[in-house]
Amino acid sequence: MAKHATPKLDQLESGPWPSFVSDIKQEAAYRAANPNKVEFQIPVDCPDDLLGVLELSYNERETHWKHGGIVGVFGYGGGVIGRYCDQPEKFPGVAHFHTVRVNQPAGKYYTTKFLRELCDLWDMRGSGLTNMHGSTGDIVLLGTQTPQLEELFFELTHKMGTDLGGSGSNLRTPAACLGQSRCEYACYDTQDMCYQLTMDYQDELHRPAFPYKFKFKFDGCPNGCVAAMARSDFAVVGTWKDDIRIDHAAVSAYVGGEFAPNAGAHSGRDWGKFDIQAEIVDRCPTQCMSWNGSKLSINNKECTRCMHCINAMPRALGIGNERGASILVGAKAPVLDGAQMGSLLVPFVEVSQPYDEIKEIIEKIWDWWMEDGKNRERLGETIRRLSFQRLLEVVGLEAQAVHVKEPRHNPYIFFNEDEVPGGWERDLEAYRSRHQR
Amino acid sequence: MAFISSGYNPEKPMENRITDIGPRKYDEFYPPFIAKNKGKWLYHEILEPGVLVHVAESGDKVYTVRCGAARLMSITHLREMCDIADKYCGGYLRFTTRNNIEFMTDKEDVLKALKADLASRKFSGGSFKFPIGGTGAGITNIVHTQGWVHCHTPATDASGPVKAVMDEMFADFQQMRLPAPVRISLACCINMCGAVHCSDIGLVGIHRKPPMVDHEWADRLCEIPLAVASCPTAAVRPTKVEYKGEKVNSIAIKNDRCMYCGNCYTMCPALPISDGQGDGMAIMVGGKVSNRISMPKFSKVVVAYIANDPPRWKKVTDVVKHIVEVYAANAKKYERLGEWAERIGWERFFSITGLKFTYHLIDDFREPAYYTWRQSTQFKF
Repeated sequence: MAKHATPKLDQLESGPWPSFVSDIKQEAAYRAANPNKVEFQIPVDCPDDLLGVLELSYNERETHWKHGGIVGVFGYGGGVIGRYCDQPEKFPGVAHFHTVRVNQPAGKYYTTKFLRELCDLWDMRGSGLTNMHGSTGDIVLLGTQTPQLEELFFELTHKMGTDLGGSGSNLRTPAACLGQSRCEYACYDTQDMCYQLTMDYQDELHRPAFPYKFKFKFDGCPNGCVAAMARSDFAVVGTWKDDIRIDHAAVSAYVGGEFAPNAGAHSGRDWGKFDIQAEIVDRCPTQCMSWNGSKLSINNKECTRCMHCINAMPRALGIGNERGASILVGAKAPVLDGAQMGSLLVPFVEVSQPYDEIKEIIEKIWDWWMEDGKNRERLGETIRRLSFQRLLEVVGLEAQAVHVKEPRHNPYIFFNEDEVPGGWERDLEAYRSRHQR
Repeated sequence: MAFISSGYNPEKPMENRITDIGPRKYDEFYPPFIAKNKGKWLYHEILEPGVLVHVAESGDKVYTVRCGAARLMSITHLREMCDIADKYCGGYLRFTTRNNIEFMTDKEDVLKALKADLASRKFSGGSFKFPIGGTGAGITNIVHTQGWVHCHTPATDASGPVKAVMDEMFADFQQMRLPAPVRISLACCINMCGAVHCSDIGLVGIHRKPPMVDHEWADRLCEIPLAVASCPTAAVRPTKVEYKGEKVNSIAIKNDRCMYCGNCYTMCPALPISDGQGDGMAIMVGGKVSNRISMPKFSKVVVAYIANDPPRWKKVTDVVKHIVEVYAANAKKYERLGEWAERIGWERFFSITGLKFTYHLIDDFREPAYYTWRQSTQFKF
């Protein structure tokens, strides 16, 4: 028997898509029955109360969660989000319901052993409810109480060998696509770079010292499966410098209909016979390809590596061999000054352990942003306020035409004083000797 | 229940303390066939919706079955997943960036049994536990936020509308008939903890009333200058007010400058903003993250507001379904929703979808607004 009547939420149990309501009810029933005799350290009925407070929101159309209080583990300034219900008497099981962010392994592969250990821990010391995963990439343990935080942290670090993720004005938990582990498009080892930088910047991750949040994301290719250039302050996106590899026999196999175009991604509709001219050559954004009826040619010098032809014919075309990454900086969601996409800063960098060249860029940017960024100003906003030129100066890069889509629309140029012969201090008397008042 | 210690000693917090160890290393969790073939993959193919094969230089083949999931999941559900992975996948599984679960095997006969098992499992309410799909030119899982389940600033729920939209779009989760992938995201407020600003279809919670001021608590609960500084439109200013016969330091809101972002509320809990009557959702379309063919794009607002209508947000799901159907019927192969809208022109997008264009949809926020107006005589009647 459910603790709270939830007629509105119950309507979300039907339909084919996995129902979070059914799942929470399942957890509530499990905790009530407690077949494993778990010594629950937070209220046994917290899943029931979560449904109860959510039903109240469904009736009133307003949230019932208060601001996070300052809770956490000793020595860290992030990783735990304090959360309190504003109807604690009605829903005591979730009166205190803090979130714990656990740093996910890069690429989100797991052994069941690890996941079961995590489940056991969260069974006893938490609500039994999670997010797999949060938007930034963490394992999110949803709902526990303050006295459990140190206990959880102790068990995570001592028994599971893992650590908390980021929250607040710090380095947020970095994330990577699955990269070379299972993808032929990956131009560098995204998981390794993600792991290494996460390890190298543990202090920045756990102890907020930044003006605002800072995100790293690592995409293996321009397809951008972890949305690095849309969502991260520092996006490392795989790319290559040399020629797309072509297997001409495989191209013929696509043209002949032996291979499914676009890796089979369009098989749900009859789009007609694969037409290499219309689907590949004519769709190339730089028009750098040609098909003479039997052979595909690519003018690689003009290619901008958009991935379309490779995505469409993965058995015939491959990323080049001179691989690395482009770095784009300053992406963010709209709050506050509007959404920003990452802007290209470093066109090409080789990506290999120990990533010193890239770390040097990161640290120069951090030093500048921590000095000149305002409170709650994302890097992208600082760059807009202080100019892209300033960023180039900070990082020590020369301006290049690839830094812009087009040159500026006005001649309001800030010249450096030393560029102008004689500088800016002038002699008025001498001027007046040439020009009367 | 009695308190059970982990071994942590509150008297001596530094005793045996382990910190800054970071996450577990990714390669501890690789299935053997992944570890063996890493960096040596030749190509992949989607065999059927939700089922991929990756072929390595070694000749090894890895089959992946992708399943949808509600990202809010219980440990009971996670344990069931582990049982499945133990039975068929040697004790390994992975999650995708879009909250899907992937089960992998290198054996074709195991693949068959795995698929059948996954497809057979249902929750007590009747929904699938592990629906197979989410690949190619279809609709995959929705990236979303916490909503009324766990957040203090939401203007809508997240898990509920996601369930409602995915129920409506379920057929397209399990087939690949669209011109290109359609990525849907949902954020329960304009903080947009999710790539809503770059999605084919973005659902975003918006408030429509300026915050109230809790004069009794403003000075006690908040750093008033921080609240003032947090406002992007200078609608928040410090003031002194009479409260119960006393002059108190507080905050004044210039209502006509406020665009309800809620940033001041994040800085100052004495400025509550949520409102059951005012809150709801805007619908954005045409964004993308990928660099394929065209450059990444921001999503554009095409519906300014739809009231919250729990539990199933019928108007929202109707609009989403309608946009997808019109797109599916009109776009060219490989054309993302935003590319199609740009090719035909946004005026045509509105006429062809029948969505009503209103003044709300003309940008007036900061300097990029100008660049969205039409500086041309080229337009379609």
